[in-house]
Amino acid sequence: MQTSSDTGTIRLPIGSDVDLAWVRQQVRQVAAELGFGLVQQTKLVTAVSELARNTLIHGGGGQVEMTALYRGPARGLRLAFTDSGPGIRDIDQAMTDGYTTGSGLGMGLSGAKRLVQEFSIDSSPGQGTTITVAAWATGLPHPRAEAG
Amino acid sequence: MSEQGAAEESTAVLVSEFLQRRQEQIAQRWADADLFRTVFTVSRDEAVEACKAVVDALSEAAAAGRVDDITAPGFRRVRDQLGRMAASRARTGASPGQIAGEVADLRQPVIALLRGEFPDPAGDQAQECVLALTRLTGTLRVVVMETALSAGEEVIARQREQLLEVATPVIKLWDGIVAVPLIGTLDSARSQVVMESLLNAIVAERARHAILDITGVPTVDSLVAQHLMKTVAAARLMGAECVVSGIRPAIAQTIVHLGIDLGTVVTRSSLADALAYALRRQGIVVASGPPVGVSLS
Amino acid sequence: MTEPRRGAHASRVPVPALGETLLITLQGELHDSMAEQLQQDITRRIAHSPVTGVVIDISGVDIVDSFLGRVLAEIASSARLMAARTVLAGMRPAVAITLVELGLTLPGLDTVLDVERALDRLGHGLSTDPPHPRRAHHADLL
Repeated sequence: MQTSSDTGTIRLPIGSDVDLAWVRQQVRQVAAELGFGLVQQTKLVTAVSELARNTLIHGGGGQVEMTALYRGPARGLRLAFTDSGPGIRDIDQAMTDGYTTGSGLGMGLSGAKRLVQEFSIDSSPGQGTTITVAAWATGLPHPRAEAG
Repeated sequence: MSEQGAAEESTAVLVSEFLQRRQEQIAQRWADADLFRTVFTVSRDEAVEACKAVVDALSEAAAAGRVDDITAPGFRRVRDQLGRMAASRARTGASPGQIAGEVADLRQPVIALLRGEFPDPAGDQAQECVLALTRLTGTLRVVVMETALSAGEEVIARQREQLLEVATPVIKLWDGIVAVPLIGTLDSARSQVVMESLLNAIVAERARHAILDITGVPTVDSLVAQHLMKTVAAARLMGAECVVSGIRPAIAQTIVHLGIDLGTVVTRSSLADALAYALRRQGIVVASGPPVGVSLS
Repeated sequence: MTEPRRGAHASRVPVPALGETLLITLQGELHDSMAEQLQQDITRRIAHSPVTGVVIDISGVDIVDSFLGRVLAEIASSARLMAARTVLAGMRPAVAITLVELGLTLPGLDTVLDVERALDRLGHGLSTDPPHPRRAHHADLL
């Protein structure tokens, strides 16, 4: 803990498919600033798209909280998707490849998990759902603009 | 807030104000200290400017009441500068212990100036301020060392990346045909690099075929097979067909034993066979022509 | 909050035709509703005009998630039912890597490097490349 610190948190609403596009753009921008490479950015933004859509469609909308992480030289991004929808009754089932309740190919949650390094679900029926993920830039931070 | 907390805070504020007020004098003294003098060799003004930035950082950390906090916002702004300084010292052969000592040497000149500010340098308030400033410079030392160490980690990470890239060259074999000779163990990190280099080469060479030659891969377990199949699938999404070549008899047996299904992947025993397959698929016929130098007429 | 994001919303992806081929170019952020609208527009066009091929150029697309993946797969399937062939062109390397990791290999889709190759594939390219016989698809790679 001594050498890690968190900076400010950005909170974005997820209420429509326009919001999904906005969330993707914001995440890509922050990830690029933190030094995520192109492939890593693409993986993270794709995972975010899956999870934000899950919040929108299954949770009836909600929000995402985005926090930059610093651990020594490592840079990362934590995203928490929260909704107050019906909750997930069977998390194991929801995490199964091919399991779908609607619009996608059933790869949403299970696929998103494979695209990030940390993944956790907190949900129970009637209590809403929070899905928290984190990804770390495996590449090196972009050289900062030299001060002065 | 407790009485003691309030007292500590007001002390920190005093120290912060002192640093601001005496910034110029401190910077002038530090500019001659080993740490700055040996790094900023071009001009003394440059050293003085660098010193001022560090004084500002200390002042900001003190003003925030965070004299012990290496994550205080003030330090973040001078982190790059300190990192470059430490790296520069390390390049000239200074050991980490030596660098730490040089940072510690910055304390004395500032303490002397601080004591001079008080009518009674032995009084309680003066002692408290000296203590706060000592803690602050101690924190600075940790920041420098931490930055220096993480710079070392970055170098190692960069070298590791470069090594991975060097170890996986993508070769153009023919118009529209690229190949990666894989040598060594194919772990997750490596297979990521292979996939990226191969896909980029497919775009650059407008390749229709990509050959993954695993002659140099010692063993193929189910994880390696999975990496191979992912690469084949990604190449297909880009419009290129993959051929896996160099499957030695022993590896073929292992694959069968493990029950790995490579059935959907085109495989050939040698790179030459794979190339022949790709050429044929592209409608290119390789025929032996007349010997060079013999006229046809 | 300032909302530059509202501006792009109403737009619709155009579906221009080149002879009997529809040539669709997807670019940048594609809202879900736009993708679904596109799916409808394409199937309607195939039903009402003599379309034999559909080229979807995704070289300008940053990400393909499972939603867009499903839309693309469905466009191809419904086009096939109406005897039109769909070719997906220009997927970026980062997108391909991500899709495979996500578990979507889009086995039913015919994929090529770029639009030029797509037109070749549909048989009215101007390029000198020889026709390129392929097995239909390498289904279910993963």
